Formats: sequence, C-alpha cells, structure tokens
Amino acid sequence: MPTIVVQRPKLAWHEKIFLSGFLNGMRITLGHAIRTFKTLRGSKTVVTMQYPEQKWDESLPEHYRGAPTLVTDEHGRERCVSCQLCEFICPPKAIKIIPGEIPSDDPWAKVEKRPREFEIDMIRCIYCGMCEEVCPEQAIFLRKDYAITGTSRAEMVHDKEKLYEIGGVRAGLVNKWNDLK
Amino acid sequence: MQSLLASFDLPLLIASLIKIVFLVFLVILPMVAYSVYAERRVSAIIQDRVGPNRTGIPLTLLGFKKDIQIFGIGGLLQPMADGLKFILKEDFTPRSVNTFYYWLAPCLTMVPALMTAAVMPFGSELDLSWAGLGAPFKMVIADLNVGPLYMFAISSLGVYGIVLAGWASNSKYPFLGGVRASAQMISYEISLGLSIIPAIMIFGELNLGKMSAYQDANGWLLLPFWGEGLSLSRLVLLVPIVISFVVFSISLFAETNRTPFDLPECETELVAGYHTEYSSMKFALFFLGEYAAMIIGSGLAVTLFFGGWSIPFGPWLSEWTGLQFHYEAGNTPFYTGLLHIGTFFAKIVGCIIFFVWVRWTLPRFRFDQLMKLGWLVFFEVALLNVFLTALLLWLVPLK
Repeated sequence: MPTIVVQRPKLAWHEKIFLSGFLNGMRITLGHAIRTFKTLRGSKTVVTMQYPEQKWDESLPEHYRGAPTLVTDEHGRERCVSCQLCEFICPPKAIKIIPGEIPSDDPWAKVEKRPREFEIDMIRCIYCGMCEEVCPEQAIFLRKDYAITGTSRAEMVHDKEKLYEIGGVRAGLVNKWNDLK
Repeated sequence: MQSLLASFDLPLLIASLIKIVFLVFLVILPMVAYSVYAERRVSAIIQDRVGPNRTGIPLTLLGFKKDIQIFGIGGLLQPMADGLKFILKEDFTPRSVNTFYYWLAPCLTMVPALMTAAVMPFGSELDLSWAGLGAPFKMVIADLNVGPLYMFAISSLGVYGIVLAGWASNSKYPFLGGVRASAQMISYEISLGLSIIPAIMIFGELNLGKMSAYQDANGWLLLPFWGEGLSLSRLVLLVPIVISFVVFSISLFAETNRTPFDLPECETELVAGYHTEYSSMKFALFFLGEYAAMIIGSGLAVTLFFGGWSIPFGPWLSEWTGLQFHYEAGNTPFYTGLLHIGTFFAKIVGCIIFFVWVRWTLPRFRFDQLMKLGWLVFFEVALLNVFLTALLLWLVPLK
C-alpha cells in the first residue's frame, strides 16, 4: 500500500511560540469589532434584524406554516364539515371538534354537518400542517400569523370564532357543494 | 479613654472613609458592572453580533423623542438590569453542600479583591484649599511602603474562596474547578511576583504612590521619553522591562482566571467550574470578585508599567500649554488632581478592553500546557530577567 509522508511545515521562531498567531488573531478580531461597531452606531444593523421594529412579514414564503385557521368559502359557508380527520391526525392532539347538525331549513342543509365547537390549543400546536394536508374539504389552512400570545392558558385556546376571524375567506378550491358548478 | 480618642487622627480617618466609599462604591463596583457590559458588547461586535442594546432609560415613556444613547449605542442600563436580576433570583442552596463553607466562599473571593484596592494610588493629590481644607489629600487609601507585597499577599488569599467553593459544593465539576484554580493560581503567583522585581529595582521603591510620582517626573517604565527617562540607562533597561511586562501581564491573565487560562471555569468541560452550584447573589459575588480582581490587577499593571495616574508627557505639556499637567508634591492644582484620577481610570478601562479583546480571540490552553508554561517558561524567564536587570543596572547605572 502506497503511503504518503506528509511533510510537517517548517515553522519560523515566531510561529513556534505562537507570537504571529496571536498577533494575527488579535488583528482579525479587532477588524471585525471595528467593522461591526461602525454599522452598529445609530442602531442600524446590517445582518441582525431588530425584531419588533423590523419583521419578516413581507417576505414570508407562500408555504409558511403559521397558525392553523378555519376558512369560509365565497358564499360565507363554513367549509368544515366536522369529519374530525384533523382531530385524529393531529400529532400533539391540539384540535378538539364537537360536530353539530345543520338544520333542514338551512340553505346548506345537504352538507349535513358543521362543527358546533372547534378549538385549537395553540400551546399544544406544533405547526406541522398535517391538519391542512388531511382536510378533504380544504377548510383548515395554516396562515402566516406566528406571534400567538396570551396571558393565560385559556387565552391560548383558539375557538371557532377566533379561527374564522384569522382564517377569513378562501374562494374556489372545493366546489362540490355548489349547485351551479 | 480621652487620650486614646485624642491619639486618633480624626481628619485622616474621615478622609480615608470618604476615599474608601468613593473608590469602592462609586468607582470599582460600577466599573465591575460596566466591565461585564463591555465584555458582552465587545464580544458581540467581535463576533459580528449586536449584543444587549435595548435596556436604557426609557425617556420615550416620559415624552422625549429618543432614549439616551451615548456613542450611538443603546443598552447602557443593562448592568442595572443584570444586578436587579441577581437580587430577584432565587438563592438556592443545594442540600448536599457544606453550608458554612458554601456561604463563606463567595465572600472570600470578593473581600481580598476589594482589600487590595487599599494601596492603589488612583490619583496624585487633591488640593481642596478652595473648600477650606488645608493640606492636599493623597489619592490613596493606605499609603503603605510595601504596596506590591501587600497586594500579592492579600490577592493570593482569593484562591481560598475558589477552593472552598469547589470543595464545599460537594459536586464533581466545582471540585475539579477548585483544584485547577488552586494549582494555577499558586503556580502563576511565583512568576507574577518575580516579574515585577526588575521594575522595583529600577524604582528602588516599594511605595506605589512614589512609583507613580517617579514615572510622572521621569517617564513611564514602558515610555521613558521625558525627564530622566531620556538617559541611555533607561532606554537599555527597556529590554528587561518589556520582558517583565509580558510575563506580568500573561501571569495576570492566569491569576484572574481569564481566557486563555480560564480552566477553573471552562464551560465546555466543567459546566461553570467552581461556581456551578451557586445561584443568585452568591454567584454574583464570585462574578464581582473576579472582575474586581481584574480591575485591581490592571491597576497594578498600570501603576508599575504605565505610570499610574501620570499624564503622558506631563512636564512637556505643562511647559507647552502653561497649565500644570505634572505632579509637584504639595503644589498640584485641583484640576490636575482630577485629571490624574481620570487618567488612572482611563488607563484601567483600556486594560480591561484589552482583557476582553484577548478573551474573545484566543482559545483555551490545555491544563498541562498551562502548568508547563508557568513552571518551565515564565518562572525561569522572570528569574533570569531579575539578573539581567541587575547586570544592566551595574553596567549602565541610573543617575
């Protein structure tokens, strides 16, 4: 087997006692310090984002996984038919659905079911997006809201009203309940 | 009783008390707090980060347009927030510790560090004759004639705090930290002590205040460019002085447990070293003691090698501007006294920035390398340097 003998580099005396290494290191750190200090003056930072004042919001990608929400369709109908698939798939069990019946005099009576209660515990939610993936009605979407805060545990549970408020309207997508299409 | 009371020099006592309060509470403790802040900010800019830039006086709440920002950097109240945090944190004492020594250890690191400040001449003298006080006050708490000896004697007690902390914590990481600290501090005390002998030989003096006065008149040891400093002898003596300065400053790094010699508390190996089991104000005392030791150490380095409180080229500046910038015993104007105090602390601030700069540049030594460096290199170099100085002093004697 051929072997390669790597020659050790010949070190000068100042390299042997780490003098040049020390001075070089000090020079490099001083350079960084001065450069960063110059950009820092007047609180203008080049790389670091000053969070509450500056945010990524405009440049969040389309596929960003923020808070899960419920959406209504263009007719104002709740998309959710409370099939509870999202409740069963949810890994941290953050979703709780109590299904309810749609009365027969309702214009959407043929949909038969809608959620009576729909709660997502935002303390448990891990923003995995499985609920969105599994939903056959495309009723649950992960929006771009990421700063979900509250002062109590109860406040961190998003109820149906809150979910629709964040979710808003999504047109198209699923048209099977639309008589005209 | 009457005679005993009469034997006290009351004005001296009061003056000393004022000096103690000024130096410890108005200078050293705030300096410690702000050197922690400097550490965080300088480390941040060295690593291209921002650092703590938010905590400030919230003037915007009171209707002002902007918060106070000196030099355009915010966060100047961060030390206060840190201090408040330390006070409010839970003071937790683990059940397995040896309580008495566990409580004693933080004090034993803090007290020696502050005690050494007593002999530090932080200014020349302050002429308060305009306030009706006659003789000018010497800006040193205790004008001892054995300044450096006293300093080494007291500061070497600091190792007890660390060893006790390591032992009393009854836990393996603090124990290893304590063992390392004691070995390291004892080894480096030797080269630290030996390295200043050449300086003392040149001064012919052990009084730190007189050393500063000598350097003020005749040029700093490392900058002998005025007064008698312009003689051949002083220029030749620069060689041993530079050697002794290098040995002294590196030993000082080891003595104050700073990177690259921070083995007693290296995070990657020993969690936090000897203060792993400490929390809240007891931990803060270790922290304060460490930084106070750093400040006092810098003070000694400044006094020995950088002229203490003396303004560079003082006699020249006095001649040139007509104002008095140099020290003249008993005849130093008030403004010069203040300037000297400012100069001294400015020099210390420079030293601390250097400490921080080195910390965030160099990697840590291995323990055997550290011991080898102390015993096989610095000890010999410092010892030979003493003889070299003696030889040079004999060949080219000082005036």
